[in-house]
Formats: sequence, structure tokens, C-alpha cells
Amino acid sequence: MRGVWRTLDRRLLTDVALVCVAVGLIGLSYGATAVAAGFPLWLPVVLGALVLAAGSEFLFVGIIGAGGSPVAALLAGLLVNARHIPYGLSVPDVLGRGWRRVLGVHLMNDETVVMAIAQEEQERKWAAYWGCGLGILVIWPLSAAAGGLIGSVVPNTDALGLDAMFPAVLLALILPALRDRTTLSSAVVGALLALAATPFLPPGLPVLVALAGVLLSVPAARGAGAA
Amino acid sequence: MTVSPMLLVVSIAVLAVGTFAFRFAGPALRSRITFPPQVTKLLETASVVLLAALVVTSGLMEDGVLAGVARPTGVLVGGLLAWYKAPFAVAVVGAAGTAAVLRLFGLP
Repeated sequence: MRGVWRTLDRRLLTDVALVCVAVGLIGLSYGATAVAAGFPLWLPVVLGALVLAAGSEFLFVGIIGAGGSPVAALLAGLLVNARHIPYGLSVPDVLGRGWRRVLGVHLMNDETVVMAIAQEEQERKWAAYWGCGLGILVIWPLSAAAGGLIGSVVPNTDALGLDAMFPAVLLALILPALRDRTTLSSAVVGALLALAATPFLPPGLPVLVALAGVLLSVPAARGAGAA
Repeated sequence: MTVSPMLLVVSIAVLAVGTFAFRFAGPALRSRITFPPQVTKLLETASVVLLAALVVTSGLMEDGVLAGVARPTGVLVGGLLAWYKAPFAVAVVGAAGTAAVLRLFGLP
């Protein structure tokens, strides 16, 4: 165990710190947005600690905050989190044993998986995964609480532009994926469908309607599988 | 927001348990299932599409109507900064700052 933590050398620590800073910023915006949408302060914090997957929490808070039903929010959140099934197949050896495995499984997310895969040796994979994962487990709910406090203390968060911050955070997070043309066309079509549906459907559903855009990616995904 | 607290708590619990089950499925079933790369790719695309829709609806709309000028402009500025590889913090603060300045000048 001690040997493994010693593998958390300076370069790895810097990477983990950078991830934590970014996660902290996202958490501030997430907490502030949730409170501004009318949620109690505990909600983004508890949701953050228990689910620990930012994308699904954004959808959950965004859909219910816009007046949508919790069922729609739940479906969107679960769908987004289904990507953890293939994640689990790619990092099975870093999750630990016994009771630690429960925590190890919970720490699985976009950042920890990427960090672990990027390392060559098994020991460094372990250190990167757990260092990054434990950092996020602490920072994410804490920054959500801090953001929620700011959101509830500042009388008019719109004057600070906080309402523009949330969509901008989401956009910055998905931009790398949007550089892929097929994903981009799916996202654009999906977003346009959601916009067009907004005046006609109950709140929360337009985001789910966007999923029709994924159909555009099906032929490309088949091609990738055949290749 | 008029959601019953009970329904909210149940939804959070189901999302948390379901997400843990997804995370657990991979290592638990590793030797027994193969996950086709096409399905992995489609799941990734579905996530991006849902979040893109949330960007557009939360960036442009408010209560089912257009949300004014300041917020969409701020989101656009943040998106451009991120597209041209500005650091994450710069893009995010740029978005909020733009919207704040526009409102300072009285734009909705």
C-alpha cells in the first residue's frame, strides 16, 4: 500500500491536482445552478457524493429545474451513466479487493478511467486511479456546496452571469467529442430537435427527444465495428 | 419547482443505485460478456447528444421562451474560447463575464 502511494510522483500529482481544480470549478457552477433553480442546498451535495458522475447530475438538475418530471431526469441520468459498463471492462485491475472494491467501483468516472489507462505500469495505474478518484470524491461535493452557498447568498446570480456559466461548462466539456464529425452532426440535429420541441412538450422531455439525433451515428458505428 | 420531496429522494436513490450497478457490471461480468465497440461508441454519442441538448435548451431558453441576449452570447463566447483551446477556467469565466457585462449595459 505504501509503495503504491509512493508511485504518486510529482508528475502524477500535478495531473491529479489539475483534474481536481477543473472538477472544483465545474462543481461551483453546478451547485450555484442547482440552488438558483430552486433546489435546497443539500441536493447537489448529496447527489454529487452518491452519484459522482457530473453529466448525469447536470441532466438531473437541469431537467427538474426547468420544470420537468423526476422520471425524465432519472432516465436521462441513467442513460448517460450506462457508459460506465464499458469503463468497468477497461479498468478491472485497479478497483481493489474486499470492502475497498466497493469504494473503487464508486470512484469510476471519465477522469479516473482516462488517468488510469494513460499509465503504463500496473502500480502507476493504481495510484492514478485512486489518487484522482479520491480527490474528486472530496472536491466534487465540497465545491457543489460552495457553489450552492454562493448561489443562495448572492441575491441576483444573473448579474454575475452565472446562468451563462452552466451551459458554457457543459459545452467546454463536450467540445473534444464534437471534433468528431459524426458525433457533431448527431449533437447538432439532437439539439435542434430539442429546441423545436421546447414550445410543445412538457419541460424535461425536449432533452430526451434529442436522442433521435443518435440515429445519425448508427451507420458510422456499424462501419467502425466492421473495420 | 413543484416536485414532491419524496419523489425527489427516490429518484436520487434510484440514480445512485443504478449508476453503481453500471459501474459494477463491467468488473463483475468481465469474463462472461463482450461489449461490442459499436455499442460503446453509441453510448458515448448518446451522452454527448443529451448534454448538447441541455447546453442549447439551458443556454437559449427560459420557461419555454427565448432567454434574451446576454446568456446566449456568454455561452457562445465561452464555447469559442474552449474551441480555440483556451484553458477551461478562462472559457468558463469568459462566458459568465460576457453575460454580466452585457447585463451591466442593460441588455436582457
